Amino acid sequence: MRIACTVNGRPRVAEDVWEGASLLAVLREHLGLPGSKNACEQGECGSCSVYLDGRLVCACLVLGGQAQGREVVTVEGLASKDELHPVQEAFLEAGAVQCGFCTPGFVVAAHDLLTRKPQPTDVEIREALAGNICRCTGYAKIIDAVHLAAERMAPR
Amino acid sequence: MTGRVGESPRRADGPGKVRGDFTYSSDLTIEGMLWGATVRSPHPYARIVAIDTAEARAMPGVVAVLTHEDVPGQQLYGLEIQDQPVLAFDLVRYWGEAVALVAADHPERARRAAQTVRVTYEVLEPLTDPEVALTEAAPRLHPAGNVTRHVRIRHGDQSARADVVVSGEYEIGMQDQAPLGPESGLAIPGAAGSVDLHLATQWLHVDRDQLAGILALEPEKVKLTLAGVGGAFGAREDLSMQAHACMLALRTGRPVKMSYSRPESFVGHVHRHPGKLRYEHGATRDGRLVYVKARVVLDGGAYASSSTAVIANACCFALGPYECPNATVDGWVVYTNNPPCGAMRGFGSVQNCYAHEAQMDKLAAALEMDPVELRMRNAMKTGSRLITGQVVEGPAPVAELLDRVKSFPLPVQGRGSGRGANTELDLTQMPGGVSNTTHGEGVVRGVGYAVGFKNVGYSEGFDDYSTARVRLSVVDGRPRAEVHTAAAEVGQGLVTVQAQIAATELGVSDVVVLDADTQVGSAGSSSASRQTYITGGAVKAACEAVRERVLALARSELGRKEVRLEGDAAVSAEGTVIATLATLLGDAVIEETREFRPRRTHRLDSETGQANAHLQYAFAAHRAVVDVDTELGLVKVVELATAQDVGKAINPQAVEGQLEGGAAQGLGLAVMEEIQVKDGVIRNASFTDYLLPTILDMPPVRMDILELGDPISPYGLKGVGEPPTISSGPAIVAAIRAATGRPINRVPVRPQDLVDT
Amino acid sequence: MKAAHPDALPIAGGTDVMVEINFDRHRPAAFLDLTRVAELSEWSPDDGMLRIGAGVTYTRLIDELGDRIPGLAMASRTVGSPQIRNRGTVGGNLGSASPAGDAHPALLASRAIVELASVGGTRRVPVHEFFVGPKRNAMRKDELIAAFLVEPAQGPQQFSKVGTRNAMVIAVCSLALAIEPERRRIGTGIGSAAPTPVTAPEAEIFIQGVLDEHRLWEKRTPVAESALERFGELVAAAARPIDDVRGTAAYRRYALSVMARRSFAWAWNEYRGAA
Repeated sequence: MRIACTVNGRPRVAEDVWEGASLLAVLREHLGLPGSKNACEQGECGSCSVYLDGRLVCACLVLGGQAQGREVVTVEGLASKDELHPVQEAFLEAGAVQCGFCTPGFVVAAHDLLTRKPQPTDVEIREALAGNICRCTGYAKIIDAVHLAAERMAPR
Repeated sequence: MTGRVGESPRRADGPGKVRGDFTYSSDLTIEGMLWGATVRSPHPYARIVAIDTAEARAMPGVVAVLTHEDVPGQQLYGLEIQDQPVLAFDLVRYWGEAVALVAADHPERARRAAQTVRVTYEVLEPLTDPEVALTEAAPRLHPAGNVTRHVRIRHGDQSARADVVVSGEYEIGMQDQAPLGPESGLAIPGAAGSVDLHLATQWLHVDRDQLAGILALEPEKVKLTLAGVGGAFGAREDLSMQAHACMLALRTGRPVKMSYSRPESFVGHVHRHPGKLRYEHGATRDGRLVYVKARVVLDGGAYASSSTAVIANACCFALGPYECPNATVDGWVVYTNNPPCGAMRGFGSVQNCYAHEAQMDKLAAALEMDPVELRMRNAMKTGSRLITGQVVEGPAPVAELLDRVKSFPLPVQGRGSGRGANTELDLTQMPGGVSNTTHGEGVVRGVGYAVGFKNVGYSEGFDDYSTARVRLSVVDGRPRAEVHTAAAEVGQGLVTVQAQIAATELGVSDVVVLDADTQVGSAGSSSASRQTYITGGAVKAACEAVRERVLALARSELGRKEVRLEGDAAVSAEGTVIATLATLLGDAVIEETREFRPRRTHRLDSETGQANAHLQYAFAAHRAVVDVDTELGLVKVVELATAQDVGKAINPQAVEGQLEGGAAQGLGLAVMEEIQVKDGVIRNASFTDYLLPTILDMPPVRMDILELGDPISPYGLKGVGEPPTISSGPAIVAAIRAATGRPINRVPVRPQDLVDT
Repeated sequence: MKAAHPDALPIAGGTDVMVEINFDRHRPAAFLDLTRVAELSEWSPDDGMLRIGAGVTYTRLIDELGDRIPGLAMASRTVGSPQIRNRGTVGGNLGSASPAGDAHPALLASRAIVELASVGGTRRVPVHEFFVGPKRNAMRKDELIAAFLVEPAQGPQQFSKVGTRNAMVIAVCSLALAIEPERRRIGTGIGSAAPTPVTAPEAEIFIQGVLDEHRLWEKRTPVAESALERFGELVAAAARPIDDVRGTAAYRRYALSVMARRSFAWAWNEYRGAA
């Protein structure tokens, strides 16, 4: 099948998509966007977190065809051409990246949180990121990174 | 701008990782590639009667279907014992064992075709009880019998007696490494029958050497390049898809990509050895250890993997970091038809830590002594002798570490106003959290302590070395150091550490660490907490050799003898710039390759288990605070505190990351992670029911990091990665015991273990 | 469309269906994308009840209806993760009819009604009659779940879920309660402890009797410990749990009795406090 949608602000078309393919597979295998990851493909790890029509979802749980005509934003769409997004910078600075496989999912989920709650508490951060698994960091520096990003993104 | 040793510069691979354009092995793609799929055994033990691939071969898009008959060279491989078939022939010995391969032009077609491969099995009764496997009457799963290794340790007086004796039997469940990156890679066939494999692994050269044997190729024809690795923790020490992808690529003449799904990953790699440990401790009335007796049985599953080394660890460190004059330890690791087990962070020292720390708490109770006081009274120190007879050299600050974790102020008692009242209630502070199972009813807080240790580096004479090539030249008018090793970056920050060492030793700010591949000598594995020591040592040695030549150049060109390298320049002893490195070097390219081999270790005596078997010891202590809903048996780990001696923190931020991440894996085994196996079949091969700690389960980790300086290692550093996973879980279990008053002899602790149903 | 393609698999949030697809357990001939059907995502008052489209996500239930149906909102908060709640729906829960579905106990406790639609029209099935077996419901092949209807809370509601992890966990067992002072009725719903979600009618009758006999509705004094314990026992007795990878049958019954005692006390205290 053919799927046409907007991805990271640009109209994109995926051809010859197997009907049972998830949005994650479409992004990775057809649209050259491997940033979203396939750690579990069952919605239990959040490594495939993307925005679908502005909502944080697991791309592995969205059928490719369901994205037809909709807007998708992936981790690849967060940085500007020259600069990392403050969330991405903060993850680097806080040491929140080890193997990094979970990082794209966390970056998108943290971005979503900070869009809705610019100064989240520790508890709010934990609840918002409860759908993202990390096996390397123990989460401590991820929480630091979100606080750091919040600080950096606060209006002067 | 690369930071120096002792600083925490940003990871060079960081920007790619946060942007999403860092290429992991599962992201690899190339025009015209095929997708590989694996046919796996649905039985834990069966004879293969026939394999019919006709229907699969005829399916659209299928280019090749391979079985054991298509293995070009060695049929069997293995890290220690070559007992594992590349593709099963004759017998399958575990649920999920690989039997056949398919290559097709689309992953869905490869999966469909794999399902049509008809394997006729004669199902056999699986051997699933390790105690039965030990008996003479048990069926032999391998020609040499079911005992993969029996380790004996006989230290001191074997008939020692003591006034106070405590004993117990402890059971450790099967943990999985569960790295998020799936087993994956891309094999590209090359000229003259060669193959180029891009993959995630922990040791390029051992993979290469095994592949050369399997594919019947000269090692030079098997080129491995490390792609991005999504974590490892021991799961990538054994071959998974490597031989399979290469076989398919060589047969089809096309690149072949393989990437396991999560359920497949659970059978695609080894797990932590589950085990039963029976201990008896004897002590004087004033709390001095007199003897320890331990019987350790680890279930190695269908194939040996690194079981022979794991059981050695479990036995050598059976006592824990304590002084005790007499020890009798017998450890067996056996074959069964359960899933194969092998390396996982901690490598045998996790299992025995649960046992020895439970014993120390039991002993403290019997002596009416404070548990930390008892440990401190018997704590190992510099000059102590292990039960293997080896004397501990360098710092062994066991008492100090315990003192430090005990000194952290305890966290404030949780909120929750008891039965019935809803005011001021913060569910997130409760066991069960927003699942709303308690508003404070039944919640009791407990505190527990544990201390553990293990070796850093390989043991028992295994050739432990690494190789580094360092090249200094001028690029765009600035001096640049290139570092090339085969060391696997698996997330721990090894690429950054290598760069920091080069920057420090050569005084240059522009350091590039090249992709790891087999074009340089072996770096050994990223395991045993060894890489910063051994590969760091190799990088340092190669840099020193480069530096010697630069200094020789300075002497001849500048006529100066007292010269240092600093800030991209040759400087005087006082720091004045004599000449920039760019000027000094000009067009010259200075390159040196060095192997770094630390002090030799020796094999355990087969009768007594005595030997100087280890290179270095690393110690950590933990304190855990838990809140337990004692009516429902739900546990909330409120805080973990740890103290660890890292010798010298090459990258302090990365060191913290190891302490925090390792503690999370310890918490996982303590309270939620278990591969549940029934009759040889894994019942929970997915993240739905193999539960990893989420951010709502993992508490803050307070850390006290000591840098006491090892006497012989590069920079005085100690390996860091494993101790955090060793004593964290036992501390949590100790805290649960304190909260519930229950003995708890098994991990992971389940709610039904804490209540009387 | 469902009539024309009876084998087409309806998919809304995909949080259940896509797992089946991704893991090779299911290969339908076609899919029916319900996220394109706008009415399924609407909710409105309907003759004293709330009619909530089958496609309303858990996140929206919490945000838009949390005050009116607190029990279901509490259950929704325990579902998966933010990503799952942004896509998962009660309609999907009902469609899968898993005994472990997080929404089911609250629907049972509130005596919700399931509205099924087909080319032939619509019909309404009380949720008590909707679950007919493990992962089987009362739908016909040509029907879709259009909506569910539930009363705004008539009194305090509670929901508890026992799990061995604090997020993304399938319930070991779960319990929903609804107190309806005007009707002097208690509603219960039990999850993950029987082949289907079930209620505890004997427990309901018992506790209703206690409240009536001791005029507690009027007096608003606490319920005796012994009565709460008996209530807990009867809730546990209504369960028919099994041993599985998540827990044992014995533990499930035991945990239900504890949660029944506790959550009834919380709900009753809330009723007392509302005076």
